[in-house]
Amino acid sequence: MHIVVCIKQVPETRDVAVDEETGVLLRDGVKSIMNPFDLYALEAALRLKEERGGSVSVISMGPPQAEAVIREAYMMGADRGYLLTDRAFAGADTLATAFTLAQGIDKIGEADLIVCGLQTTDGDTAQVGPGIAEMLRIPHESNVIAITGVTDSGLRLERDSGDSLDTVDVAFPCLITVTKAIGEPRLLSFRRKLETADYPVVYWSLGDLGENEDSLYGLKGSPTQVERIFSPPTQSDQEMWRGSGSELAQRLLSKLSDLRFVGGMRHD
Amino acid sequence: MIKVNHSLCTLCEICVGVCPFSALMREDDKIVVLDTCRLCKICLKHCPENALSLEVTASRSEHNLADYSGVLVVAECSGDSVHPVTYELIGKGRELADKAGEKLSCVVIGHDIADICDQLLEYGVDRCYAVDYPELAQMRVEPYTNALEEVSLKIKPSIVLLAATPTGRTLAPRLATRLRTGLTADCTTLEVRNGSELVQIRPAFGGNIMAQIVTPKHRPQLATMRYKVMEPAVKERKPDARVETLQLLANQLESKAQVVKSRRKPPEESISDAEIIVAAGRGVRSEQSLAMVAELAALLGGQLGVTRPLVENGWADYTRQIGLSGRTVRPKLLITCGISGAVQFTASITGAETVVAINSDENAPIFKNAHYGLVGDLNEIVPALIDGLREV
Ligand SMILES: Cc1cc2nc3c(=O)[nH]c(=O)nc-3n(C[C@H](O)[C@H](O)[C@H](O)COP(=O)(O)OP(=O)(O)OC[C@H]3O[C@@H](n4cnc5c(N)ncnc54)[C@H](O)[C@@H]3O)c2cc1C
Repeated sequence: MHIVVCIKQVPETRDVAVDEETGVLLRDGVKSIMNPFDLYALEAALRLKEERGGSVSVISMGPPQAEAVIREAYMMGADRGYLLTDRAFAGADTLATAFTLAQGIDKIGEADLIVCGLQTTDGDTAQVGPGIAEMLRIPHESNVIAITGVTDSGLRLERDSGDSLDTVDVAFPCLITVTKAIGEPRLLSFRRKLETADYPVVYWSLGDLGENEDSLYGLKGSPTQVERIFSPPTQSDQEMWRGSGSELAQRLLSKLSDLRFVGGMRHD
Repeated sequence: MIKVNHSLCTLCEICVGVCPFSALMREDDKIVVLDTCRLCKICLKHCPENALSLEVTASRSEHNLADYSGVLVVAECSGDSVHPVTYELIGKGRELADKAGEKLSCVVIGHDIADICDQLLEYGVDRCYAVDYPELAQMRVEPYTNALEEVSLKIKPSIVLLAATPTGRTLAPRLATRLRTGLTADCTTLEVRNGSELVQIRPAFGGNIMAQIVTPKHRPQLATMRYKVMEPAVKERKPDARVETLQLLANQLESKAQVVKSRRKPPEESISDAEIIVAAGRGVRSEQSLAMVAELAALLGGQLGVTRPLVENGWADYTRQIGLSGRTVRPKLLITCGISGAVQFTASITGAETVVAINSDENAPIFKNAHYGLVGDLNEIVPALIDGLREV
């Protein structure tokens, strides 16, 4: 069985702010890590490989520094790594990202199963996994919390649909996105680190992919555009009250009764 | 796109015969693929020479914006019940459609859904499209996406709104990708300008910043909305409101996934629906103090909410957590006790009508989100409030 896992390098912290005057994102010197959900995706793939044999490839789109997350995946047990890196890929929204990754997966070839993390911590959209599945025209299941069976032809899994928990059989080739319930990711192995130090990482740029039309990638291939970013709004008409605890409590009680929250419920 | 490898093709024309969309044609000594191709892949399975293949294709470039009009809401149902977020989508959809001077439609996908469709007609939709088949009784991604594609191609809406529930979040990107258009997740504000150009605002970086996003050249413009972020629709029936049934072909109902079993999760008491919430943060230092805050909530006829640290240390259940990784709330009254006001918390209380904050640090950011800020010790204020309320 050949499994492809999609991984992404993300900033370690989400503590970013916006410069109110210039509208520019302030993000100095933050460390980068593998997107936490992707660790779980990789773990799920490695467990399937241990059970059924086969191999696990990881693929990422990002700048050359993103090689770090592929090396990390090697230390966990991945067999092959591919990095899609090109200036033409920059500024991609979820559609262009899904397209680029689908091109890469198509080129790797012969994937029975593609595993993605539910979402990334810097985008929070959960859109890329299903987007890849649609680009490849294969079935997908999101929010997978457990894989309870695997055969030559497909998976039995549990998905969290919000109001219900569903047991679903899905045929290969397919794509799943997993939540953290799928199982704790293993630690990086020092032995694997030594063993994999000279594993190559395959770099692919625009010219290596099946579709070379650059208007389909990156910013140009993105239907959505970010017009501006800004800090979350704050409350303007506010009152600050000071005083002793009992004074403040009295004042609040009379305000709540004016607003009809106490002494007769408000009906509207 | 379906690609024909002409060197393998023997011109047997089996593909021409099996295509349900009449999208394959022999032109002289070549099989050609027409625009009506829906990528159903039936031809691939039937070609004896394996001369047909699926190309991972390109974004359909810019769409002709003038061809699209109106708002389509995707109703979320499970079994015979409508998820309440549907009414919020309809409420927002009605507002956007009115501003743009266009129609509001909704689509219901499932089996035996006539009652649901009739019910939704009472909430200001102009048209309700019903896609009703036994194969759609349970949510399966492929046929559901086919149904959404079908209604989108039929009515060419300018805007499509879906719920940011697990189901909405799995279908929306599938549909957006099929239509090769833009999708914005978890919008907290949606407005239209210049007719039906959708201006979408969503939190980014875990709520630390807000991003304003548009889809200038592609239609429809897709957006998902979280539950409890927008006002629900009011009851009103449009004079010519009616249900229209939409047919799918047998192969559009096929799926490579089978739902073997579905178990409803036990309904959890949800703070999302509470009208009054008293929320406790890390300023509440002991479980006894938390019990005191819970008592205040009970005396006000409300519910207890908490910040994430209190869930993390095991004092409260996750279902009570307010915030980006918890619930969004829209109470009429919210009283926060010992909560600093991190953006991950405040991002989810923007729908609260009246916010009272109790915090001993007058510089706490929560005061920026509060209508009434009480600078003081919660261990003095909360007991005094409880005493006062017991007297009432
Ligand atoms: C990705 C991500 C997601 C997150 N999601 C959530 C989420 O969903 N929900 C959430 O709540 N948090 C979330 N957080 C955490 C969030 O950033 C804050 O850490 C958290 O909200 C702080 O909780 P708090 O206000 O209770 O505690 P603190 O920030 O420690 O604030 C305690 C406050 O109590 C006040 N205080 C202390 N003693 C008293 C007293 N005696 N009387 C009155 N006031 C007193 C202090 O002045 C202080 O302002 C998330 C963080 C990240 C990174």
